[in-house]
Amino acid sequence: MALSIVERTGKRAEELCLVGIRRGGVDVAKRLAEAIAELEEGTPHVGAVDISLYRDDAATALPDPKIGPSEIRFPIDGREVIVVDDVLQTGRTVRAAIDCVLDYGRPRRIWLAVLFDRGGRELPVHPDFVGKTVDVRPGTKLRVEIDGKDGDRAFLETAGDEESR
Amino acid sequence: METFPHRHILGIEGLSRADIEHVLDTSNAFLEVSRRPVRKVPTLRGKTVINLFYENSTRTRTSFELAGKRMSADVINISVASSSVSKGETLYDTCKTLEAMHPDVIVMRHASSGAPHFVARNVRCSVINAGDGMHEHPTQALLDAFTIRRARGTLEGLTVAIVGDVAHSRVARSNALLLKQFGCTVRFVGPDTLVPPELAGYGVELHHEVEAGVRDADVVMVLRVQTERLKGALLSSLGEYSRTFGINRRRLALAKPGALVMHPGPMNRGVEIEPDVADGATSAVLDQVEAGVAIRMALLYLLAGDSGEA
Repeated sequence: MALSIVERTGKRAEELCLVGIRRGGVDVAKRLAEAIAELEEGTPHVGAVDISLYRDDAATALPDPKIGPSEIRFPIDGREVIVVDDVLQTGRTVRAAIDCVLDYGRPRRIWLAVLFDRGGRELPVHPDFVGKTVDVRPGTKLRVEIDGKDGDRAFLETAGDEESR
Repeated sequence: METFPHRHILGIEGLSRADIEHVLDTSNAFLEVSRRPVRKVPTLRGKTVINLFYENSTRTRTSFELAGKRMSADVINISVASSSVSKGETLYDTCKTLEAMHPDVIVMRHASSGAPHFVARNVRCSVINAGDGMHEHPTQALLDAFTIRRARGTLEGLTVAIVGDVAHSRVARSNALLLKQFGCTVRFVGPDTLVPPELAGYGVELHHEVEAGVRDADVVMVLRVQTERLKGALLSSLGEYSRTFGINRRRLALAKPGALVMHPGPMNRGVEIEPDVADGATSAVLDQVEAGVAIRMALLYLLAGDSGEA
């Protein structure tokens, strides 16, 4: 994934801005940045956005009890921004994240990188970089842990029981 | 997942320690919003906040107004000058009228203690107390706690000296209630006319000598001398108050090194606080103002996000 980001954006590492979506996307963004740093000279910028304030159901959903700050501490005007998440499903989260990023400036282009694409889109959102496309039944939760107690793993959760893969 | 269990914010009384931490943690995210190039998020689009102020206020009202607007809510300000109250509408009728306009939150300041509680019992929307008489000013206490926590990393076990007209101060009352929940030592410091013995009932230390009051304090919170309330017997003159209780560099030096100086504003420079202290390196006065917007955004988010109506 890191390789295709470098190849397709055609940018030097320090020109790239990876923005992870809280909370799952942040670790993925850090990982990608490390991988890109190994391939190329320089390190990409890494930031984070919390989309709680941009949800399209903010008016009806219960407030998120754990809302974290968005952190984009570098200018993004005219830059290549890569929005990063762990799992892509409906596309609503990505829509919110794009709105949030645009409040920090006007990037030249926004890309989307996801570790897993599980389908089930409800908005016209298409990822540019995908780690793995998976087929997951609706109602099943695909959870991703990075640097968890069992290292990196992704597993399915169906109301209680889980199945590692 | 635990959600915020309150529909109204009427006082620190009634909030648990966990509730207070919940508000402070949420405010962190909102502090960042006010520092962005675009200081607006769409969270409360379509929600209505009414600021109903029966007493003058610039800073609190502006702070609530900005908080609402930065969350994309529609904010209406109603300043009820004493002249229009004389048209004779009762508080009950005013709040019923406002309720018929379907607001999500009413932010209210009133000269009578308990007025926001009365309104909260009579409307379906959320009510936030922005100061009621000499009773409580919960958002001020929350923003003060937020400011102290950011500067010191914790509230736990700090010694906080609250200096001035404590008897008339809703700020002092709300702060004492909040800080006691975090195991702070709270001292009320002032002349005995303004720090009467019955205040000891809050579980605080009373000091009638400023030197003893601020000694080894982590935080010195200076209250405004409310000249409008103090005509006559309670205070002989502002000059005398300044000489005996005004916070100057010499007195501040008795507190812990680097002690935080706070003031809820507006300040009477040269009366309760000397300019070189107000503008000093450890003054948190402007941090308090910035925290105020973040705290109020967090409260609007927590209350209007789950309006209970719908």
